Amino acid sequence: MATIEARALGAAAPATPPRVRAGRLSAGFGPVTAIRDITLDIADRHITAIIGPSGCGKSTFLRALNRMHETVPRAWARGTVLLDEHDIYADDVDAVAVRRLVGMVFQRPTAFPTMSIRQNVAAGLRIAPREERQHEEEAVEHALRRAALWDEVKDRLDDSALALSGGQQQRLCIARALAIEPEILLLDEPTASLDPISTEKVEQLVHTLREQVAVVIVTHNMQQAARVSDTTAFFLSGELVEVAPTRTMFTHPADERTEAYITGRFG
Amino acid sequence: MKATRLQLRRKLTGRIMGALAYLAAAAAVLPLLLVFGYLLLKGASSVNLDFFLHMPRPVGVPGGGMANAIIGTLMLVGVASLLGVPIGIGAGMYLAEHGNAPLATSVRFLADVLNGLPSIVIGIFAWQLLVRPVGHFSAAAGGIALGLMMIPTVTRTTEEMVLTVPTALREAALALGYARWRTALRIVLPTALGGVITGVLIAVARVAGETAPLLFTSLGNQFWSVSLTQPISAIPLQVFNYAISAYDELHAQAWAGAVVLIALVLVISLGARAVVGRGFARGND
Amino acid sequence: MVDPLPHTGLAGRAAEVATARPRPRRRVVRLQGHRAADRAYSVLTTAAAAAVPLLLLVIAVVVTMGAWPALRQFGLGFLTSSDWDPVRNVYGVAPAIYGTLVTSFLALLIATPLAVGAAVFLTEYSPEWLRRPAAFLIDLLAAIPSVIFGLWAIFVLVPILREHVMPFLRDTLGLGATPFFSGPAYGPSLLAASLILAVMILPYISAVSREVLAAVPRSQREAALALGATQWEMIRSAVIPFARSGILGGVILGLGRALGETMAVTMVIGNRQEISASLFAPGYTLASAIANQFSEATGDLQLSALMAAGFVLFVVTLIVNAGARWLVWRTGRLAR
Repeated sequence: MATIEARALGAAAPATPPRVRAGRLSAGFGPVTAIRDITLDIADRHITAIIGPSGCGKSTFLRALNRMHETVPRAWARGTVLLDEHDIYADDVDAVAVRRLVGMVFQRPTAFPTMSIRQNVAAGLRIAPREERQHEEEAVEHALRRAALWDEVKDRLDDSALALSGGQQQRLCIARALAIEPEILLLDEPTASLDPISTEKVEQLVHTLREQVAVVIVTHNMQQAARVSDTTAFFLSGELVEVAPTRTMFTHPADERTEAYITGRFG
Repeated sequence: MKATRLQLRRKLTGRIMGALAYLAAAAAVLPLLLVFGYLLLKGASSVNLDFFLHMPRPVGVPGGGMANAIIGTLMLVGVASLLGVPIGIGAGMYLAEHGNAPLATSVRFLADVLNGLPSIVIGIFAWQLLVRPVGHFSAAAGGIALGLMMIPTVTRTTEEMVLTVPTALREAALALGYARWRTALRIVLPTALGGVITGVLIAVARVAGETAPLLFTSLGNQFWSVSLTQPISAIPLQVFNYAISAYDELHAQAWAGAVVLIALVLVISLGARAVVGRGFARGND
Repeated sequence: MVDPLPHTGLAGRAAEVATARPRPRRRVVRLQGHRAADRAYSVLTTAAAAAVPLLLLVIAVVVTMGAWPALRQFGLGFLTSSDWDPVRNVYGVAPAIYGTLVTSFLALLIATPLAVGAAVFLTEYSPEWLRRPAAFLIDLLAAIPSVIFGLWAIFVLVPILREHVMPFLRDTLGLGATPFFSGPAYGPSLLAASLILAVMILPYISAVSREVLAAVPRSQREAALALGATQWEMIRSAVIPFARSGILGGVILGLGRALGETMAVTMVIGNRQEISASLFAPGYTLASAIANQFSEATGDLQLSALMAAGFVLFVVTLIVNAGARWLVWRTGRLAR
């Protein structure tokens, strides 16, 4: 354990201090423990991929980073998650406030069906505290540009979001998450329900986002992790097995379990 | 291979049973056609502009109408909705969010039981609680009785419709920093709105035709009244009173009232179906 | 091993956009306001939900209180006495209970085969194009207000019974020899009430039956067909047994409706306080007694006696409905 942590910190440490530090984070549901004692740093302007077989706890870990985990009945979490040195699980911190600083995108597109494209992007802006509220029109355009969707939708911003294709809806969700200027962006298997062409577009988009925010992407697709991420963490049975720069991870994994997984021997 | 006697008999039994099922279905539809046929036959000729604009007139004086009963039904349904819709939607949201919690399970069950309670029992309940202590009949008491009857229907359809909203959508709103109440009211409810409106309309259609709960609450009124504290007429009450009267003239008015009532109920019910058709709660799967 | 793909195109453009906008760092804070709003939301929805059991409780208490003077005065004799005399202030509901039971069971007897037969036709035999419209028409029957059925029964059903059906049953078929079809044909009668009730509960039984029949798993049907069963044998041996308790639930649900149905029955049953074996005779039901007498009731004890009739109705329908729901739920669980 100790050596893994040391290696993890050493390998992933970029020039700037980490945006998010999970410290001995455990979480689960009722009697079930989904993740155990995870210690992992998420670097700024950097893409961290989390891979592992289904049920390894990678989604639970992700959802624990913005306190979405606790919205499920009987969920619990222990340990610390520091967002810019501030523990989001501290007593004086509000889960809703945490989620306003962290963007999240899910497996399936979750465009709000009763809202137009514009309203979807602005959905998070409209509830921001007054002093943080930005000029909406500008912010919507900016978010859509960052999500590489602007050119496709600029002439029909007031159409229903459901008029978009699945891939476009997913980029709309990314735009919605970016519009609130998140400190980090969490992507939970964002291409799981998309066709190959949409997947490629979203992957390219994710890659560009590394210039802007810290990104954590959970994926069951190793090729995807290899393509888009800078650092990769491998989870197995609720534990962090190994974390390393992506290239190292996929060429010289340190742990034999990692090697077994990435060469397709299980999972 | 030649068919044996047994095979023939099996085949014949099948044919007969199929024919019987067909006849049963035909017999089940027949009363509807008969009722509608007579309504059109006897009622349609008595429905005219006077019917909507005029007050009831004494027997022998032509041109009477049900203007007071029509406004009465609208008012009663309005009061009922003010009471039944918010409680029903609130309870439905609670049920949808609390799945198998003990309160949720019993509310679900008791809502079904309440739904099966005879409307006359609601009537005497409302009389004992709202009329007797006050000392006189009132439109408000009738409206409240009808409103109570709306609660179970609205509750159960709201729950059902809210549950069709994908969890992913709720989670997306929460992840965006929406608080629980805002997620429920701004995202979940609007997404399920078509279905919720359907439930409300079905409940409205049902209570609009109710008579028994009104017999001892709103009572009926031969005169024009829009006061909530006074007795008020309603179309079904008027139909009832005319139907059991001894005058052909009033019978004709009863048929006319029935036509208007059934038209009202059908427009609302069919409206409810139309809303459902219009892509409510379209998720992403 | 996988090599990262080269990235082109989008990257440069988005990077440009990104640098355009300096971003102040924000800290997580405790928010004001939404916690109170969340609590208010939670309290309000819980209160709305709690209103349902509370309402049922209040109804029970209020009706019991109203019925109490009569129940205390007459005890169990209230259920068995046929007296209903405002002058002597003596009340009993035996005729009303008798009428309620007779009309409800006769209605079930007529409606059940038709409703279940129609449901079997719609789920098993009907051509696809007919299924929805026919189901819609049967369901529509449930949307017709009770008072309209009553009106129709007074002016259409009762005259036909009086002029044709009753004489036919009594004289032509010779059923007048039995006590059930004897006596003068007034028209308004237990028979008329039973028939209109049958029409009114038919859609409820049919809807539940259709639902449970449709819930029978495909595998059950296919297993029977694979054994060489004809369609009817498949229905009899695989479908009906599986759906039986659900259909029974629907029938009991219909019974609950029939027991408490008020307006149409009041309009055609004749409202007479007597127990007669003949279905041609007028009678009373609990609901029709209340509807018919309540507004004319004079004494407190008479009002209380009517409340007590309502109390009996309340208790009986409560039990019947709870039983029906339980049966329907159980079938639903089995099918899953």
